[in-house]
Amino acid sequence: METKAFQKIYTKITQITKATCSLNAEGVGYEELASVNGRLAQVVKIQGDNVTLQIFGGTEGVPSNAEVTFFGRPPVLKVSEDLAGRFFNSFGLPIDGGPEVEGEEREIGGPSVNPVRRDQPSELIATGIAGIDLNNTLVTGQKIPFFADPDQPFNQVMAMVALRAKADKIILGGMGLTNDDYLYFKNVFDNAGALDRIVSFVNTTEDPPVERLLVPDMALTAAEYFAVDKNENVLVLLTDMTLYADALSIVSNRMDQIPSKDSMPGSLYSDLAKIYEKAVQFPAGGSITIIAVTTLSGGDITHAIPDNTGYITEGQLFLRRDTDIGKVIVDPFRSLSRLKQLVIGKKTREDHPQVMNTAVRLYADAANARTKLENGFDLTDYDERTLKFAREYSEKLLAIDVNIDTETMIKTGWDLFAAYFRPEEVGIREEYVEKYWPNNE
Amino acid sequence: MKEKNLTKGKVAGVIANLVIVNVDGPVSQNEICYILLEKVKLMAEVIKVFEKKAFIQVFESTRGLRVGTDVEFTQGMLEVTLGPGILSRNYDGLQHDLNKMEGVFLQRGDYTSALDHEKKWGFKPLAKAGDVVAAGDWLGEVDENGQPHKIMVPFKFLGKYKVKSVIGDGDYTVDETVAVLTDGRGQEVAVTMVQKWPVKVPIKNYRNKPRPFKLLETGVRTMDTLNPIVEGGTGFIPGPFGSGKTVLQHAISKQAEADIVVVAACGERANEVVEIFAEFPEIDDPRTGRKLMERTTIIANTSNMPVAAREASVYTAMTLAEYYRAMGLRILLLADSTSRWAQALREMSNRMEELPGPDAFPMDLPAIISNFYSRAGFVYLNNGHSGSITFIGTVSPAGGNLKEPVTESTKKAARCFYALSQQRADSKRYPAIDPIDSYSKYIEYPELQDYLRDNVDVKWVDNVNLIKNILIRGKEASEQINILGDDGVPVDYHVDFWKSEVIDFVILQQDAFDPIDRASPIHRQKYMLDKVLEVYNTPFSFNSFEEVNPYFKRVINEFKQMNYSEYESDGFKKHEKELNNIIDERKTA
Ligand SMILES: Nc1ncnc2c1ncn2[C@@H]1O[C@H](COP(=O)(O)OP(=O)(O)OP(=O)(O)O)[C@@H](O)[C@H]1O
Ligand SMILES: [Mg+2]
Repeated sequence: METKAFQKIYTKITQITKATCSLNAEGVGYEELASVNGRLAQVVKIQGDNVTLQIFGGTEGVPSNAEVTFFGRPPVLKVSEDLAGRFFNSFGLPIDGGPEVEGEEREIGGPSVNPVRRDQPSELIATGIAGIDLNNTLVTGQKIPFFADPDQPFNQVMAMVALRAKADKIILGGMGLTNDDYLYFKNVFDNAGALDRIVSFVNTTEDPPVERLLVPDMALTAAEYFAVDKNENVLVLLTDMTLYADALSIVSNRMDQIPSKDSMPGSLYSDLAKIYEKAVQFPAGGSITIIAVTTLSGGDITHAIPDNTGYITEGQLFLRRDTDIGKVIVDPFRSLSRLKQLVIGKKTREDHPQVMNTAVRLYADAANARTKLENGFDLTDYDERTLKFAREYSEKLLAIDVNIDTETMIKTGWDLFAAYFRPEEVGIREEYVEKYWPNNE
Repeated sequence: MKEKNLTKGKVAGVIANLVIVNVDGPVSQNEICYILLEKVKLMAEVIKVFEKKAFIQVFESTRGLRVGTDVEFTQGMLEVTLGPGILSRNYDGLQHDLNKMEGVFLQRGDYTSALDHEKKWGFKPLAKAGDVVAAGDWLGEVDENGQPHKIMVPFKFLGKYKVKSVIGDGDYTVDETVAVLTDGRGQEVAVTMVQKWPVKVPIKNYRNKPRPFKLLETGVRTMDTLNPIVEGGTGFIPGPFGSGKTVLQHAISKQAEADIVVVAACGERANEVVEIFAEFPEIDDPRTGRKLMERTTIIANTSNMPVAAREASVYTAMTLAEYYRAMGLRILLLADSTSRWAQALREMSNRMEELPGPDAFPMDLPAIISNFYSRAGFVYLNNGHSGSITFIGTVSPAGGNLKEPVTESTKKAARCFYALSQQRADSKRYPAIDPIDSYSKYIEYPELQDYLRDNVDVKWVDNVNLIKNILIRGKEASEQINILGDDGVPVDYHVDFWKSEVIDFVILQQDAFDPIDRASPIHRQKYMLDKVLEVYNTPFSFNSFEEVNPYFKRVINEFKQMNYSEYESDGFKKHEKELNNIIDERKTA
């Protein structure tokens, strides 16, 4: 990155920790960018003339006489149409061998949208996956993570959703991405002929972890450019936000902050909210939708990272292997799209909400029946029927390899009800039963 | 304003939104000051003073702030502006009008005025020359969106005043003098329709605050029937994420029997506020014949807005509610989520390196929470009229575990506890209020019991207690069935369990998105309670447990169809008749 002419060079560092260094300097602005022996750093604390810098690349090998210069501005991204199709690192520098992007400089991590300048999200995003479209319908302007164990195919599902979503731009923010996963995304987007509408900011496992902290803000600054300036529908993919939060805790622990739950900083909620709340629907038509990945450890969603995430996002998608059918499904119990009620039954057929709820309830009955079976009890006729229903429901609707339109999903739901149950057992509003119950029994 | 000798200072340190200022004169705790950053002024509040240093929390991003920047102190605390024109506004946490701000993005230091200074209000005098008045007494009235908005003697006025003159009927702006008062020493003071009040100080111009006793109908069955809240009552809704806190609060705000609704969106999602912006202007308000938005004020400090203003937002909302209560109105105040406010306190206390209490929250958190809740209540004003603030806050416990400081402190302060259960939410039994763990202390108040007997049904309280027992018995039966197996228990156990399921499906569960089911008036709730108890009291005969489940499924289905139908409509009556037939099928003679 370029630096200003005649700038002052400091060479007396007073303190170095694993992620930060301190020095005496004047006229420095809060959150200003700096360079420490060529490594990028940012001002995180000013006390009198003592300034603390967080060094993104880590402090290994930084000497106490390192050359420190200040940029006089916070981190920026140059935005223009030329971002499309390009791959960048956490600092917004090209990693694809192409030239630097020319364009207007925008500060990253900028201000929030005035809530009264937002529009209510109302455009359904069709993915073909019934576990999403039928049970947990996504809407433009929504923010939702996959909660998944590290061994689950969340990146594959996310790439599939991104490609089917018909977004004008897809922005990938990769944090601690393995090189293989990075290449996977590149390949899938390439094969789909979609590279020209994709912008990627990637921090791989080979890069220093603290650098990751810049990735979401870079990705979202690019997203805001396309959504606000160009009125485009932008889909932002952030994977893996757990690794982002881990980087946050590295920095805050180095700054002697009192950690709260699970050694995360007390500000974790606000830090994550600032990112996720960039999801927005604008009245002029542009939108930013965020689909993220939060990996769990041992499926524990009460850990501070998934817990705070769940309190911020508009639902979550759980992936689970259904051993009955041997496939990965979108778990209907723990998954939830909170914005679904804005579109289901309105942009989709009127009976969609009731079909969805009823199927999930019957699936829950099946889970109870399975518990009975495991405890060695006899099953009633109703129990038997719910088990059969559950298997077919899982296979035909919940599995992530399903790819059908929403109306077919709803019809499939009615077919399954009729195959195993009587109308009074499903408790659906009578007018819908009369209208949609398959009559060839 | 007269030139005062105001303290000045210079920035000496910046740690996120905590700024340390070297000052040249006196400063007081909670004093408001402005940082003069290039072209904008950033508002901040003093939260600690140490020798010649003031620690201030800035209500904005401090990006780019440098040591040496000038700071001006104001001698005032954080205040709200009170006057006609607050209703239907969307404010930020510091009462700046969001609609008046320029541009798509919030700009630092864009402080817009809370009221409309051009609009003329039709004023009617209520006091006359010669009257002796004190703070909070009514001088006149304007019509604010159909609500009688009283123009009062400013709350800051101490002692007695004599009315010298009150302006006649007519249209005036908020800044015009509407009355002139004479104080004890013969000094004349002009009163306009606008006054200011510091948000951290309760407005206490009322005669007394009795125990509340009137049911506040919310239309939510599991609240009104099982654990009612009262006008002037307090309640809280703790629950893990996604368990339905916000949906429940929105339902209450749309349906509850209140004159004014104040919603504080405190550190939660912007899209949820947008939902209110989109829906409330469309919802008809049967009482005023206008739209719900016209009697609603929204204080939005969403999670991406400055953290320090989060704390202010709940106080701003409470003070606006107190202002309207002093007019003899019934206010419903909702805050979602009070945990975010507690977290904002924690972030600051952390940056100031204070000794932390449990979970790193500040030591005085319980006192802060209980002081806040104590500002709600039913009051008799000095003129004999009554007014109330009913306050319901949500709590977002970390990991859904209710043994954490915010939940525990709130439990001591609020009288109704609506615990949302993860298990109920997972099985889509909405609203997920756990009927057994939740409670309303008010139902034990003889005042409320009398009110319910007089206004709903003489048997009401007994019936409600019976329902709770049936639920507990049902739970026990289901545990036995799970341990011993379907055929390992007497058939009666199955019947007990299913009778409790009838209550769950018919009374507890309610679809907040169904146009009819979403709101159930109390007379309809009484009907349903009676009908459900009729089923409960009917002796049924079953040959085996296998007959029980399908039978009650049919019973529940008819009940649900009734819930989905307009009360006493043909459809409703049809299902009622069908239900009666089903009951008769298995009734033992
Ligand atoms: N009464 C209800 N009827 C139907 N659906 C409901 C009801 N209550 C909640 N839900 C469903 O649960 C979802 C989550 O509810 P809500 O947003 O109120 O949760 P919350 O407790 O406020 O969560 P958070 O703490 O994350 O804000 C809703 O989007 C809706 O799908
Ligand atoms: Mg909520």
